[in-house]
Amino acid sequence: MGTTIMIVDDSRLARIVLSKAIATLQPEWTQVEAGSTDDALAIVDRQSVDVAVFDYNMPGRDGLSLAGELRERFPVMPLAIVTANVQDEVIAGARAVNATFVSKPINEETLRGFLSGAALRLRSAGK
Amino acid sequence: MIELEGLERDALIELVNIGVSRAAVGLRKMVGEQVTLSVPSLDLMTRAAATKLIRERENMDLVAVSQDFEGVFSGRALLIFPLDSGQSLVRVVASDVIGDGEIDLIEEETLAETGNIVLNQCIGSMANMLQQRLTLSLPQIIRGNGQSLFEQSATADDGVVLFLYINFAIDVRDVRGYIAMLMDLPSLAVLKRLVNDFITRIVGPEVSGAA
Repeated sequence: MGTTIMIVDDSRLARIVLSKAIATLQPEWTQVEAGSTDDALAIVDRQSVDVAVFDYNMPGRDGLSLAGELRERFPVMPLAIVTANVQDEVIAGARAVNATFVSKPINEETLRGFLSGAALRLRSAGK
Repeated sequence: MIELEGLERDALIELVNIGVSRAAVGLRKMVGEQVTLSVPSLDLMTRAAATKLIRERENMDLVAVSQDFEGVFSGRALLIFPLDSGQSLVRVVASDVIGDGEIDLIEEETLAETGNIVLNQCIGSMANMLQQRLTLSLPQIIRGNGQSLFEQSATADDGVVLFLYINFAIDVRDVRGYIAMLMDLPSLAVLKRLVNDFITRIVGPEVSGAA
């Protein structure tokens, strides 16, 4: 089975940017997209997802809430929260659920560390 | 009338989101407590409609820090508070340097300085992402209802403007307010072009061409 990464952002533009960067850095990975926390949770209900990258500031439940839910269900899934909102509380919230913090604006460089770390963790876990 | 197409609107909201998130980081440093933000709203409307929108949400008097920005596009950026929230913020920001009895004396200065930092961070990061240089006027304090906030000093017409706003709150300090931006239509045409350049830079011509 290949690796599936889920991209969650309410902004279509932000999803395109994330998707392009991921396609360059991890061309073998399958991508699935969601526009909200609720959509993202519906996706993990019906298919297997190995890695998730998501926005913080979204209508409805924010990215930290998504991180918490995903972490509860998937104790070792690599998670990254993407935002320009580097307030201490947001960073602490991401750390508390063992999610990586990636700052916006996104480009290949900002994502590289998280994706290669995630690939490594998945390989060592036998994925 | 100039319309914003799907991806342009999306890109502009994303630019504002990043700008405001950075501004919130600056504000958080000043107040020492978390600043929460809503998702930005963006609409083309008349000044009168923008005024009405704020008045429907706030029935008490408002105080705002206003700064006009100029460059390839121009407009006005505002940090708006209900009166009591503005006073709470001043107390939080200035409490280290001044006694409670003297707060009134420095209210305007403190608000102006806070607004200046927040609005500069917001407009500055948007300008950087658009690869443009914008200059901001000195902060001005405006008091009153929504109407006085959005009246243009130079031209008093009621043309359509691009109205952007975002709610923010510092819950533990009972502070809440809005960051708002108004841009007139000639500016909007330029902005539209810059936003398209921005989209092309970050996603490549094939995607933005199709949008």
